[in-house]
Amino acid sequence: MATVKLTDVRKSYGSVEVIRGVNIDIEDGEFVVFVGPSGCGKSTLLRMISGLEDITAGTIEIDGRVVNDLPPKERGIAMVFQTYAIFPHMTVRENVAFGLTINRTPRAEKERKVQEAARILQMEHLLDRRPSQLSGGQRQRVAIGRAIVRDPKVFLFDEPLSNLDAALRMDMRMEIGKLHQKLAATMIYVTHDQVEAMTLADKIVVLKDGKVMQVGAPMELYHEPANLFVAGFLGAPSMNFIEVVVESVRGGEARVSNEALDPIVVSTRGRPFADGDHAILGVRPQYLRPVEDAAGKLHGIISLTERLGSETIVEVALKDGKPLIAALSEDRVYATGTRIGFDFDVGKAQLFPREA
Amino acid sequence: MASINPANHGLRLAVRYAVLSIIAVVFLFPLVFMIMSSFKPDLQLLQDTGSLRAFLPVGDLSFENYREAFERAPVWTFVKNSIIVTGLTVALSLFFCSLAAFSFAFLNWHGRDTVLAVILATLIVPFETIAIPLLLLVSKLPWLGMDGIEWGWLNTYRVQIIPWVADGLTIFLFVQYFKDLPHELVEAARVEGASWWQIYSRVVMPLAGPVLATAAILKFLVMYNQYLWPLIVVQEESYRPVMVGLQYFFQLNTAWGEVMAYLTLITVPVLIFYLALQRAFIASIASTGVKG
Repeated sequence: MATVKLTDVRKSYGSVEVIRGVNIDIEDGEFVVFVGPSGCGKSTLLRMISGLEDITAGTIEIDGRVVNDLPPKERGIAMVFQTYAIFPHMTVRENVAFGLTINRTPRAEKERKVQEAARILQMEHLLDRRPSQLSGGQRQRVAIGRAIVRDPKVFLFDEPLSNLDAALRMDMRMEIGKLHQKLAATMIYVTHDQVEAMTLADKIVVLKDGKVMQVGAPMELYHEPANLFVAGFLGAPSMNFIEVVVESVRGGEARVSNEALDPIVVSTRGRPFADGDHAILGVRPQYLRPVEDAAGKLHGIISLTERLGSETIVEVALKDGKPLIAALSEDRVYATGTRIGFDFDVGKAQLFPREA
Repeated sequence: MASINPANHGLRLAVRYAVLSIIAVVFLFPLVFMIMSSFKPDLQLLQDTGSLRAFLPVGDLSFENYREAFERAPVWTFVKNSIIVTGLTVALSLFFCSLAAFSFAFLNWHGRDTVLAVILATLIVPFETIAIPLLLLVSKLPWLGMDGIEWGWLNTYRVQIIPWVADGLTIFLFVQYFKDLPHELVEAARVEGASWWQIYSRVVMPLAGPVLATAAILKFLVMYNQYLWPLIVVQEESYRPVMVGLQYFFQLNTAWGEVMAYLTLITVPVLIFYLALQRAFIASIASTGVKG
């Protein structure tokens, strides 16, 4: 177990900078998730920590030691790949023991560790099988087993569940969560799936275009996103962004409105706004409550309804023509084309400056 | 999907087998002609050539041609030499070419792509163009033997082996195969602490069966059929390979029956080698077909 510290880490391919000055502190035993859209550099960053990718500038420390120039094997890490990367010509036992065999670990100790890993991952009965005889979930278990037996300081997971189907993905996600509780090891996990990020992480690092957008606990990011990107990226359905005009700013609060929104007063959360500014009001679909007789702060006409059983997603065309999504926690039929009004708790709404 | 009509299916199968049989016959005819002729005296052999009898075991059959072939040339010496030269070249070639290809496919080093391009460019250079310069070179090369340093490699096995160990085609075959292997396997092995040698020997090569078989067969055919190079670098009978040995039967009078007997004898090792590797060879062709 160990801490991981990234200081102004950069990576360029020729003149293209893909990682642009990343600073992250990871505590001992913490489960950190790197999340972001495709091409944001999250996998590259993980590969740089693993040593599979060189870094152009900055320092990476594992357990207080700078590892910039160390090969992967000397960094005390273990990695689980999206494609499992288990060796097809070896049995499960040989796969799990691969690192130990390479390190010439005594046979008895090797067998003990393999058995221990197999017990943790409930795959004792699979040890003599070949990878071709395993399902996707079992293969991923083998890959995790191979990581466990080496007692690494840091576990690295590169989108480990992306190749699994939805049901299996949920099971494995829970297993990885339990594994972290059991081993209490430092884990860094890359995903583009925000559900994995929200459920597994002690700390989420949201990346975009090679830069850290925000670092924090899942609920902190959910409730207090630092910027429009984080606000829009986390949460499903995505946060509604409503263009508003700032009528006045007073004592950390701004009075905003637009064609479809009655004037409301929201906290500026320290962000600078001036009278007459154009701004974006962020309201999560889950915070919208329908009100009878089309009253409420926001109103429009229902254009689409999706009934999911546990909730109903309603898409509404606002007066200014912009769409608004509401996630209502009841199964109810809303007729398309009818007027609807919504209310929401202004305390939970976010006000962002409009990006240039 | 429509169900398969059994009658239709049977007809299709019959057509398929008919076509395959014709192709098989076309390929087998020369072999059958060679084997049959090897048992016939010269006069009958020439008479039969114009008819179907050439492919049938008819007339005055005997092992006489074989007996005379052994008298005319040291057949077993030639076969032994070819097996030594071909076997060692194939083994060394598979090792060194795969090692080179591993470096091209998995290691990052300055000028890698340029070097690979130069190696591939050698594929278009015919051997005949470099035969004489190469001959001059090998005639002056040193060798550390039992009796100290000797100069010149002519009339040895090594002169028939070493220049043929590395070649562009074999390296190219391995590079292509290695590039198609999932890169994560190599990365996973690196993270697990394997050295490059361990990755080569424990991860990559155990997965290289099909390309090993392909490269081995292609190299075997090239080496077993060597004629020009051994002809110019080996003057001593004791080092000559089978193809050079064929010349023994065209001196003074050509005895076709003996030629056929000799050819039949030297074809046997090729067939044995091919039959041993054919499954892997076919698998390799099939898999490259699927990958495109």
